Amino acid sequence: MAAKLLGFCEELRGEGVAVGTSEILDAFAALGEVGWTSRADFREALATTIAKSQEDRRVFELLFDRYFFRGAEAEAVQRGVTEHAEGGSPAGEGERFDMDELSEAIREAIAAGDEDAMRDLARLAIAAFGRAEGSGVVGVDVQRIRRTLGLTAGQQPPQADGSERPPIDRDQLTGFERHLRRELERALIERTETLPPSRPLAELDRSLPTSPTQDLAAVHRAVSQMKRRLATLGHEQRGRRKGRHVDVRRTMRASLETGGVPLRLRYRPKRPRRPEIYVLCDVSTSVTSASVFFLSVLHALHDSFRKLRSFVFIERISEVTDVFEHERDFAAIAQKISSEGGVADVSGYTDYGRVWLEFLTEISEELDPRSTVIVLGDARTNGREPHAEVFGQIAEKAGRLFWLNPEPELYWNYGDSVMAAYERYCDGAFECWTTGHLENFVNVVAGVAPAAE
Amino acid sequence: MADGSVAEVKQSLAEVGYLADEPAALVSYLAQKLGKPVLVEGPAGVGKTELAKALSRASGRELVRLQCYEGLDEAKAMYEWNYRKQLLRIQAGGEAGWDDVQDDIFSAEFLLERPLMQAIASPEPVVLLIDEIDKTDQEFEAMLLELLSDFQITIPELGRIEATTMPIVVLTSNDSRELTEALKRRCLYLWLDYPELEREMEIVRLHAPEISETLARKLVEVIRMVRSLDLKKPPSIAESIDWARTLLLMGAEDIDQETFTRSMSIIVKHRTDIDLVAERVGVKLADPLRTEG
Repeated sequence: MAAKLLGFCEELRGEGVAVGTSEILDAFAALGEVGWTSRADFREALATTIAKSQEDRRVFELLFDRYFFRGAEAEAVQRGVTEHAEGGSPAGEGERFDMDELSEAIREAIAAGDEDAMRDLARLAIAAFGRAEGSGVVGVDVQRIRRTLGLTAGQQPPQADGSERPPIDRDQLTGFERHLRRELERALIERTETLPPSRPLAELDRSLPTSPTQDLAAVHRAVSQMKRRLATLGHEQRGRRKGRHVDVRRTMRASLETGGVPLRLRYRPKRPRRPEIYVLCDVSTSVTSASVFFLSVLHALHDSFRKLRSFVFIERISEVTDVFEHERDFAAIAQKISSEGGVADVSGYTDYGRVWLEFLTEISEELDPRSTVIVLGDARTNGREPHAEVFGQIAEKAGRLFWLNPEPELYWNYGDSVMAAYERYCDGAFECWTTGHLENFVNVVAGVAPAAE
Repeated sequence: MADGSVAEVKQSLAEVGYLADEPAALVSYLAQKLGKPVLVEGPAGVGKTELAKALSRASGRELVRLQCYEGLDEAKAMYEWNYRKQLLRIQAGGEAGWDDVQDDIFSAEFLLERPLMQAIASPEPVVLLIDEIDKTDQEFEAMLLELLSDFQITIPELGRIEATTMPIVVLTSNDSRELTEALKRRCLYLWLDYPELEREMEIVRLHAPEISETLARKLVEVIRMVRSLDLKKPPSIAESIDWARTLLLMGAEDIDQETFTRSMSIIVKHRTDIDLVAERVGVKLADPLRTEG
């Protein structure tokens, strides 16, 4: 078991969770105190000693299921244990079950949140459908079984005697689907007697969903976390000891304590840097998937910095500071920007060159060395003139200029992307499509050393 | 507090009015067994501080609380030399030699104990609550490390002061900044989130026992609806309880649109939030299809 646990920690490290020796020791100590037999206790005891943040916890959950599930299965394959050997064939068992009765039982188990019952019922359900109907693809089968059982989230049909039933919410249903999935995988492994190859966690699993069709709430959770971080960043500077000014009045006051001898110097608090920020955000079709993310970033920035002006652009540029200031609801903002942002242009293709020219003529006079310009865009010019030299002039006027690109760095400068032409004028160009990237960037803006990845 | 098993810890916490979920009970149990500090993170108002208080009540230990804020330093958190008394001692000293005076003025008698020192030096075991650790700067965190891993404080003039009894240490954080790895390494980690519907109902009914079950359910459902909106300050558990008491005082039997608008200010405390909530939730309550009478 110790080896298993170490192997698990090794996998966690592979996914970027910092698991130190002291954490492993703690984990063993904790496991000494709780029962090993209860899965929930075992899991919590490990989590509380090993996963020390929300992000780590998420990775932990994903890996825990996978690792210990695989562990058990590998053992089973090795020893040639199959469940069919013991007891009757589950398929035969399933036929005795009436479909309505089964879905009824499942609903009850879901409502009661009984994990063990759900697992057993999931196996029954799979058995009842039989292998013949299975498509062989686990994900497809899960959905097929769920539909046939008539399980949906939301209000449930009343019971046979007409009494009301509590509604099932999405999460509970997903819980049941997870059981189905695991049992199906187990069956698959048993049949083929091999384990599917272990993959590293897909970046998508833990990163920010960027497609607008994906859950907007998830984006919001991530951004609101950043919002809070942004709000306190910059304050940390105050405690630093260098470059402080002696506050004569308070020093004299403090000297009274020591008989008029100014033994202890008092200092003026250091004011944090309050940056003026200009954000330019590309909302064209080539970055559709990223725009939602970018707009939520803008939304969050607006909450945190008072001196912030934001612009959106496609072919032309348009200021949207007002929209953000008057509207709090994100959906309303997105809608307003698309309807009255003034950028709903003919072609929908970005013209970076023109945008720079317009920005330079309209705004550049207000730029000064204290201002920071942030560009959110993919630098794909659709073959039009990039006007990099104009961009250079903007960079010269502004104190700092950053570029956040929603594409992985690998794709920069392929096709019509002219990132290289702009990048040399920037104080920093970052790929930015996960909250991790975003936080790294935020640290740079607030003047903190970038977090070690 | 009975510390035989996780279930007993949960039970004893419940007896003093704190309904812990499984992870919280387990972590409290481990904290006592392993003697490790607990770092509790989560949104504002989910009962992080309350957990520490409940632990103190359940175990019959005294609660020593250190409220963190920006600029908190060791003089206010750990200990301070009592300058005035030292000055007095020097002036009153008379013919005693300098060495004697020096030994004397840096003795425990001239030490002002601040919360951390109190917790360490206390002859009875205590519960030490370091509240909102994320409000301080990183330097302060570094200062805590010695205390958290070895339960000792080193005073240059006096030497090392070790804890005679093992305190239960609870640190809370609102996650407004990333805490250092060094600090996290020394702690057990617990993430508290808003409770599940059923548990929040139990909590509300525990604190406002006169409320009927249907009303409590309705109330918690509405609260959850409000929390799901993107508010500046989502309602906390304490506010659910306050609202339940308000509804009782108002003699309300059901939450309809009118009761809701009248008592809304209990749970929503931002002007922009109030507009948003009135628009979204108020309308839903008015809709007879949703309320079912």
